[in-house]
Formats: sequence, structure tokens, C-alpha cells
Amino acid sequence: MKIHLWLNEREITREIDADLPLLEFVRSEGCYSVKRGCETSNCGLCTVWMDGRPVLSCSVLTARAEGTHITTLEGVRERAEAFGAFLAKQGGEQCGFCNPGFIMNVLAMEDELTNPSDEDIREYLAGNLCRCSGYESQMRAIKEYLRSRKDELPLNGETE
Amino acid sequence: MKYVNAPVIKKDAMALVTGQPVYMDDLAPKNCLIVKVLRSPHAHALIREIRTDSAEKVEGIACILTYRDVPKRRFTMAGQTYPEPSPYDRYILEQRVRFVGDPVAIVAGETEKAVDLALKRIKVTYEVLDAVLDFHTAMDNPVLVHPEEDWQSLCPVGADNKRNLCASGSEGEGDVEAVLADCEIRMDEVYHVKAVQQSMMETFRTCTYLDTYGRINVLSSTQIPFHVRRIVANALDIPKSKVRVIKPRIGGGFGAKQTVVTEIYPAIVTLKTGKPAKMIYTREESMIASSPRHEMEVRVRLGANRDGCIRAIEVHTLSNTGAYGEHGPTTVGLSGHKSIPMYRTEAFRFQYEVVYTNRMSAGAYRGYGATQGIFAVESTVNKLAAKLGMDPVALRRMNIIHEGDIMPAYYGETASSCHLEQCLNRAAAMIGWEEKGLRTVMPDGKIRGRGVAMAMQGSAISNCDVGSVTVKLSDEGTYNIIVGCTDMGTGCDTIIAQFAADVLETSIDNIAVYGVDTDTSPYDSGSYASSTTYLTGMAAVRACEQLKERILALAADKMQREASELCFDGEKVFDEKDGAQMSLFDIATASMCNNEISLEVTYSHSSPVSPPPFMAACAEVEIDPETGAVELLDYTACVDCGTVVNTNLARVQTEGGLLQGIGMTLYEDIWYNEKGKNLSNSFLQYKIPSRLDAGKIRVEFDSSYESTGPFGAKSIGEVVINTPAPAITNAIYQAVGVWIDELPATPEKILRGMKVI
Ligand code: FES
Ligand code: FES
Repeated sequence: MKIHLWLNEREITREIDADLPLLEFVRSEGCYSVKRGCETSNCGLCTVWMDGRPVLSCSVLTARAEGTHITTLEGVRERAEAFGAFLAKQGGEQCGFCNPGFIMNVLAMEDELTNPSDEDIREYLAGNLCRCSGYESQMRAIKEYLRSRKDELPLNGETE
Repeated sequence: MKYVNAPVIKKDAMALVTGQPVYMDDLAPKNCLIVKVLRSPHAHALIREIRTDSAEKVEGIACILTYRDVPKRRFTMAGQTYPEPSPYDRYILEQRVRFVGDPVAIVAGETEKAVDLALKRIKVTYEVLDAVLDFHTAMDNPVLVHPEEDWQSLCPVGADNKRNLCASGSEGEGDVEAVLADCEIRMDEVYHVKAVQQSMMETFRTCTYLDTYGRINVLSSTQIPFHVRRIVANALDIPKSKVRVIKPRIGGGFGAKQTVVTEIYPAIVTLKTGKPAKMIYTREESMIASSPRHEMEVRVRLGANRDGCIRAIEVHTLSNTGAYGEHGPTTVGLSGHKSIPMYRTEAFRFQYEVVYTNRMSAGAYRGYGATQGIFAVESTVNKLAAKLGMDPVALRRMNIIHEGDIMPAYYGETASSCHLEQCLNRAAAMIGWEEKGLRTVMPDGKIRGRGVAMAMQGSAISNCDVGSVTVKLSDEGTYNIIVGCTDMGTGCDTIIAQFAADVLETSIDNIAVYGVDTDTSPYDSGSYASSTTYLTGMAAVRACEQLKERILALAADKMQREASELCFDGEKVFDEKDGAQMSLFDIATASMCNNEISLEVTYSHSSPVSPPPFMAACAEVEIDPETGAVELLDYTACVDCGTVVNTNLARVQTEGGLLQGIGMTLYEDIWYNEKGKNLSNSFLQYKIPSRLDAGKIRVEFDSSYESTGPFGAKSIGEVVINTPAPAITNAIYQAVGVWIDELPATPEKILRGMKVI
């Protein structure tokens, strides 16, 4: 079947199999940041945005993305670098394999919630598993990042 | 700027946080054949007939291999130094299948759909055999998992395939029975630790292709590139020179990737077809046919005086290696070697048997047997405290080892660096041990309890592991470092650069690190056994020291002076007497023109000792006595890993390892049906901790100084997983009076213990 969508603001039309998951489609289009960690919609590694809202790309058929705007980490590079600098400053990126899905959700959370509490943050990101970090360093990075955004500090991860 | 003991950002950090294509499947050739295996539905069977003709007709299928098509040469998939202690007990495919999930046929095709269809069309007739499913009954069972005549054990580990025995042994010092008989208090306790999963987010995966020279290149998510080279060559029965292994970034390992889980399947496909091939494990495969922790039953006998003085400890471990012996003979050793030595005793004994069963093979998981042994010994010490009505922290203070003590149960090594007591005191102070007491009943009826545990591990395998570093001076005074140790997110590429930057007195940004490629990296055993910081780190220090001497020699030659008269400050070589100098820029340039002094050093390092890192931790839980639900409220830990090399990464290692340990204590469970099928085969059934379980961990460091380690450092990667099980189960006991001796500590077990159900 034919599909027409915007991938990271690039308009594309492709011939695809009707049962192709969005995850495999975006990877075949060179968006290698998107990872798979499970077959049961449990890990969150595959998180991308569909029209600005986070979705699990493993569980969405490409066909369902017809006419939508799909965003992967490649499409928000500047924001990824900005938050990523805070994560790196904590050593929280670790193996990195969960990072893209996690960061897509962190950025979505930033857009959606104002002044989230620790509990709000944990709830919002509950679907993003990480086996390396124990989550603590990720939490420190999120809080520092959000604080810096509020204080409009420069986006280089430097706080005093 | 000093880099050691600083929060240095990882060199690969920005690539990872921006999702660059740096992992195996991002880098694999796009025309790879997809490789999958057909798996046995039976725990033990012989293939009587296997028909592939209909499967071969599926369009796009490139090859289908069965047991008839593979070399008849046994090998082990365990990533260990040759000759491996793990027995040579497998073929790539075999007529006998030994667990539910054991490969029966390999299928490679152009698309996943074609491969899936072909897998369905393979017709297999099995002769189903009796299986050994309960590891208690394995030894001397009439059913043999490995009856074959060409089974081979390369090392004297007490193995006997005609008894289902993968290894056995006994050691000790002093007369344990006599001391026990003389003790006022005797404990005899049995614990069961199941085969938990590493669950790294990137599943097992490998791609293979032929290079210009017709050699098999293996691009694999592995912790052990050099062992992979040997194992793949062994499995395929081809010369080692025909294999090259490359390790890209890997999405976590935790020991899982210290076993060759996927490599051989695409490799044999590439060998047979000449085409690039890749195998990517599903999460389900990673759960049912991989390399989890060894299930162990650990019996502890402990003798003490009424005043709390511990006089004898005996550990007897029964370990289940499953269908194959990967890491079987070695993991079991740690259950005694890393638990008993924390206490000063008059006598000890450690005995073990490792048995084959018709379950998935076990492997290496962070802690490597120490986790199981420490759960058992620490729990027994906690039970002793309860029996004596003593504070478990105070009881430990009376009995633990201190710096300078000899550890008879740890190869007779001396605890040359040991802040165990400081760690114990600190972890207790952090949680408010004295003020809070062991138990508190809350107004809402919930009950809080507090528990404690300690742990040790090693730093590399003494007299065995090799860590190597190549360092060279390059254009304009920049440096290149090439390593064979395998960064798996742990940050060892950066840690090696931190050591180098401080020795060479240069900026860390002036050093480029590369690893790993078995064609170009210096030999390294790989990243396991908590070896990298301690061992490869020391190789980095020595390599850089030697390079400095070469730099001085070359400068002396050019400056026409004696090297002994010259100094190097990282930027220039100079003569203090008259101020004559030559910049590093010029030295580098001079090395590339009319020069015979190589500014490149490779240093290989091994250690005669394996200095233990130590730690202590306290847990506070709150239990709802109505439901048995356990909530972890607080977990404090203090670690002595020697000098903390990277303050961020050490903290994150600790937090990550602790949460894994908390996971295996409270949630992670692996279960089989009566036919031996593993039913905990996805993240739906096998629950690893999520973010909702986080936020409870507090970590501090109390560093001793290990003189045999680089800048005083020891290891940290593994010790951190060992305390949660005994500390949390101790806290549960304090709250509701129930000892959980079989993990995980589920609400059901707690209620049953409370006799509520
Ligand atoms: S791949 Fe695990 S949730 Fe999508
Ligand atoms: S960093 Fe490895 S899984 Fe999150």
C-alpha cells in the first residue's frame, strides 16, 4: 500500500506492507535512533511523536501514520543535545540504548506539564525502562534541566 | 586539571544522547540475510527426522542448516581464557536437544517474513526423552544430559558428564566440624536463588560478513571480543586467523554478553553462503535461550558463641548450570569465596556441586555467584543476630575483617585495602539506624522494618586476566589510545582516558580512544570479573609512563642531551638547567620524519591479587500486614571501591546495580511449567524495576587506597548488586517476623510466612 507522511518534517510517499510497524519503517528511513527492546509494548525504547504526541512506534502500524507528522530524536536534535548535556553531566546516559525513547518522552513531558513534581515525572515516564541507571541519575538530570529552563540559563548543562 | 576522582563526562555521551547510529544493528550492512533458529519444544529429545525440503522452497530462503551440516567439534560458548574451565559440551546444532528452546535448525533468508514462513515448514519428528528438571535430583540421575563420548572438560574442575556433574569441589581451613561442635550456637540454613535475567535493553545480536581477505568479520554486541574470535573459530572449525571481531557501542551487558549467545549462527550462515547475515534476538529469545544467573541452593552452617563471636562458617552450594556448562565451574566458586571471607573465623569449609539439567543454560550475571552466596551468608548472620537478640550491625562490627587481615577463604589474600567497617557505620548512620531502631508500627497499621547487609567482590581474575592498552603520540602532540576492554555503557573508554590524561598531564580532549577490534586492539580478556578499571586501568597508567620515557628519549636525541637530564610537563620537554625545550608538537612532528624511536607503547598487565571492593547497605521497608505488600522506603549504601575514578559513573554504577538487586529481591521471577517451558518470557511476565520503583537509593563512598590498582582504585561494577537481597529480607523479617529464604520476596510468601494464608 501507499503511505504519505512527514518524517522529521520531510514529506515522503512510500510503498509499504500493510502490516509494517512504524518502528521498522522509520529505521528503514534512516532514523536509527529508534530502538526496539521488547515485543510486548513494555519498554518505551521505541517512543516517537505522532503529531507531537508520544507513541510506541512498535505498536503503531505505519499505515496508521498516514498524513501525520512523525518526529524521531533525529528531528529534535537541538533539544536532544540540550537535555542530553544535563544527562551526560550526571553520567546518566550509560549504555545509551534507552536514551532516544526516554528523551523523546522527557521533551514531550516538558511541553505538556508545568512544574511537574517528582511523582508527576515518574508517572509520565513510567513506561520508559532503563536497566543501567537505576533511574536516579536520569531524575537528577531532568530536574536540573527543568530548573535551568525555568531560570532560562544557557542550554549547555552548566549550572554553578 | 586532574581527571581521576572527578565527574568527567563520557567521551561517547553526546553520540548516545542524540541517538547516533552506533550500535550493531545501526551499523550492519543493509543486505544482511536474516538469521533465526527453530527451537525445540521439548526439554529433552532426539531428533529422529528433520525435513527441510518444503521450507527451502520458500522464496528468498538462502540456507537451512541442521545438525547434519555443522562441524562435529565440541566447544563452549563461555567467554573465558583458554583453556576454559567451562566444558566443551556443545555443537552448533545437535541431534539431541536439551532444553525447551534449544536450537534445532538455522534458517537464513532475505526477509523476516520468508524466514518465519520457512521455520513453520520445517518438519521435525522427535523421540521425546525423560528430562532432568529438578536440579536437586540431577546428580547421578539415570537420565544423562550429556551422555556423549566426545564431551570434554579441559580443566580439573571435578566434572563428570556420566554423573550430570559440570563441576564439584571442596576446600577449607581448620576443622569446621570440631569448631561447630564446640560452638554454643549453631545455625543451619538453606537458601534458594533463582536464575534471574540480566535484561539489558539491547538484546543479543550479531552480524557477520566476509571482508576483502575472505575472513569472517563479526560485528557483535559483546563483552568479550577476543574470546568471541576463538569461540567462533572453534565452533566453525576454521583457523583463528580467519575471524575478526568488532565491538560497537553495546546496549548493556551485565555479564549476559560474556557468553557467545548469537555469534555462531550468522557466522555459520556467512561461512556457508558467503553472504552477510545477522541475528537479532527477540526479547522472548533473550528470556528463554540466553545466559541468565545460575540458580543456586546455598546451605550455610554457622557456629558462634553466645556473645556473638562467629567461629566457623560452612557454605555448601548446589548450582544449576542448565543444559550446557557455560560459566558453571567458575560462578559457583564465588558463592563461597566472596561471602565467607568478610568474617574472621577459626575454620571454614566450602563445598559445591554444579549440575546439568534440562533447563536453559546459565551464564554470567553481575555478581557471578557472589550474589547468591552473599544472600545466604548475610541472611544467616542476620538470623544469628535475631537469635541472640543482638543488633545485626553491632554483631557484624564484632566479626568483620579489617585492613591488613588475611582472608583464608579468599585464596589467602590479605585485605590490603578495606574500609568495610567504615562503610557499615556510614550506611547505618545514613538510614538513622540507631535512632529508628529495627521496627516501627505506624499509626495506619503498616509496619516498618530495617535491615543490613555487606558485600565484597573481586577486581579481575588474579593470575589470569590480561588488560592491555596501546597509546601513541600522534600529529601535533595529540594521543591515540586503543583498548581491547569493552565499554558497555559503563564508561571504561572514558575511565582509561582519565588515567592517561593524568599520567600524560594533558587534557582529556587531547586523547582519542578507540575500541574494540581484534585486528587492531591489544589483547584484553574483556570486560568481566570487575576487571576493567583495576586491570586495564593499570595497563593504561604503565603504558603512558613508558610512552613518556620514549618521548624523553626522542627529545633527548633531537636536543642532543641525555634523557635523564630532561623533564616532561605534558606540553614540552625541557632542561631545567638552561631552559632549553622542545614542544610536544615538535616532538610529534619529529617522530614522523627520519625517526627510529617509536612513540607507541602497548602495555599488558595482569595481577597476582584480586583486591575486593567492599560495601555495606541498609534497607527500610514498610509492609502492609493485610496484603503482604512491601514498599521499599529507603536504601542507603556506602561503597569502598578504592579511589573513585569517575565520581559520576561510580555513583550511577552503584545506583543501577542496587536497583537490579532490588529487582531480583522483590519482583523478578522466573518460572517454568511442568514440561520445562519457561513461561516468564517477556517484560509482561518478567517484571524488572520501573521508574515507579526508583527514588529510594542513597549512595556514598568511603575509599580505601589499593596500592596495586591505578591511582589506588579497585573495582565497582559487580559488588553493588549483592546487598539488596539480604538487606531487604532482613528488613522484612524485622517488620513482620518472616524470613524469606527463596527469592523473590513476594507478598504471597510474606503472608504465608505470617500464616495469614
Ligand atoms: S519496543 Fe518495547 S515498547 Fe516498543
Ligand atoms: S542506559 Fe542502558 S538501558 Fe538505559
